[in-house]
Amino acid sequence: MAVYKKTYRPYDGGLTSSWTRFLTIPRYAFEDLHRSRFLTIFYIATFIYPLICALIIYVQHNVSALGLVGVPGANRLISINVTFFMSVLGWQSMLALFLAAFIGPGQVSPDLANNALSLYLARPFSRVEYVLGKLSVLVILMSLMTWVPGLLLFGLEGYLEGFGWMQDNARLAFAFFAGAWLWIVVLSLLALALSAWVKWKPVAGALMFGVFFVAAGFGAAINVVQRTKWGHLLNISNLVGSIWLRLFEGDAHTTNGAVFFRVAQGEDLPLWCCWMALAALCLVCLYMLARKIRGVEVVR
Amino acid sequence: MDPVIELDGLEVRFGERIILNRLKAALTGRSIGLLGPNGAGKSTLINTLLGFHKPSAGTARIFGRDIRTHAREVRSLVGYMPENDAFIAGMSGVHFVRLMAELAGLPREHALERAHEAFFYVGLGEVRYRALGTYSLGMKQAAKLAQAIAHGPKLLFLDEPTNGLDPPARVRMIQLIQEIRDRGDLHLILSSHLLRDVEECCDEVLILKDGKVAAFCNLEEERRANRRFLEIETRGEANGCFLEAMEKLGCETAPGAQGRVKLIMPDGLEVRRLYQVAAEQNVQIRRLSHKRDSLEDIFLKAMETANGRL
Repeated sequence: MAVYKKTYRPYDGGLTSSWTRFLTIPRYAFEDLHRSRFLTIFYIATFIYPLICALIIYVQHNVSALGLVGVPGANRLISINVTFFMSVLGWQSMLALFLAAFIGPGQVSPDLANNALSLYLARPFSRVEYVLGKLSVLVILMSLMTWVPGLLLFGLEGYLEGFGWMQDNARLAFAFFAGAWLWIVVLSLLALALSAWVKWKPVAGALMFGVFFVAAGFGAAINVVQRTKWGHLLNISNLVGSIWLRLFEGDAHTTNGAVFFRVAQGEDLPLWCCWMALAALCLVCLYMLARKIRGVEVVR
Repeated sequence: MDPVIELDGLEVRFGERIILNRLKAALTGRSIGLLGPNGAGKSTLINTLLGFHKPSAGTARIFGRDIRTHAREVRSLVGYMPENDAFIAGMSGVHFVRLMAELAGLPREHALERAHEAFFYVGLGEVRYRALGTYSLGMKQAAKLAQAIAHGPKLLFLDEPTNGLDPPARVRMIQLIQEIRDRGDLHLILSSHLLRDVEECCDEVLILKDGKVAAFCNLEEERRANRRFLEIETRGEANGCFLEAMEKLGCETAPGAQGRVKLIMPDGLEVRRLYQVAAEQNVQIRRLSHKRDSLEDIFLKAMETANGRL
């Protein structure tokens, strides 16, 4: 019907699958994010480090390239090992934290501030789908800057080094993938929960950093005062770093973790404690979301 | 006729407070008004039907589907225009309605087409690319209506649709609602505390008071019945004979003081016959008025008695 025929008519066309309907939310969110020049530039900049790493891998396997720049023996100085991949994961994860702090607060708070939730949930669209939709905005963006380039680097190294290397180091790929997902899930849930509770975006963004850095400082103070290591339970990057260390190297680790996610020597917590602390944090975030994501707010 | 909404002992509590108290009703009309003073439970009833509140007892059915067990199916049949401002500030109007239509299940191209149509339909065609945050109150109300109808629902919930509108905008909104009602493609539930809005748009009214059904009436039937109810004032000696003669014609009569008489005319009897009988009995009819039991009377009566029946 042409728009000039101003009349109401019922809809009798087909409907989309209810399983994939939540992906409507990230599609609209990406269009919105794309309008921000700062975010676009920042996001592109996050790929610089993986590109440099890809270049390092290429140069390391290309003797003639090394000869060209006058350092023929330099390939012996560069080693593509667990430290290399952990440092890629560490850098990219830190950038993911900044990204989550920039875009996370804008996910739920505008909907809450303008009562848009009642409109979302008055449709055949559940609270779980709403949260999944909002989560997927963060998950997709952070995946593209963490485990996707990580696995591509692993693939490139495997391609240049040979299939045997890939087989021997399959653990690196799994650790990268699982470690990045752990970080993404924690960050996404925390960003959404803060966005749902703090309606002012800059404050929600600042709180993201606060949860990571202020809590870590508080934990360190507890450690010093109480002469204990349990204060690290408040340090999310320490908890994640401990799990990464086990994922990459197992119990007999030779390093002290990824950059920005270092685990102080002799102060590492039992693995199950780290998992439990992160699981508790995720549950708290889910509870916070469940309390706020409602069609209408009930004042009892 | 199958009920559009069936309330089956529906009870909603917020903590210890009972908000909806065992509501029972079968609403069958094309457009149904929900009336009641502030805090009567109108919006809570709509929110419960949409699945936002869990009933503590009883249930309700929309087009035969239980809201407890078929909530998603129910929500795929309804459109909702909330009472308060509800929008996504940064989005343009058409973008917002398109998103809402897509979430209702419309494919992208159809959603876009219907969003444009809905915006032209509610009279916002020229401003559809402007950010919603910059709209005036009247425009926001119209945009809310657009998002509620864009996906072609079978039942439309309108919660205080004329809230905050100036008189011309109110008239336009009422006209739109009447137009949607008269097309007959969907059913309307209009919640309002403005009796005039309900009177102009609805054919059935459910009046709530303190979370209970205070009255339920069919406005069309009321209007028909009122046409048969007369109040007259007579002068003359043979008033008794006049009443007797009217009763013989099938009227029900109730004499009052100073020659006042209340009459219920049977179907088929014209008012002209009343004058003829009066002339035959040498009685003068000085005043004749049809009973005009407006919605306001019905509402006030319901607020006084609150026994659930009229």
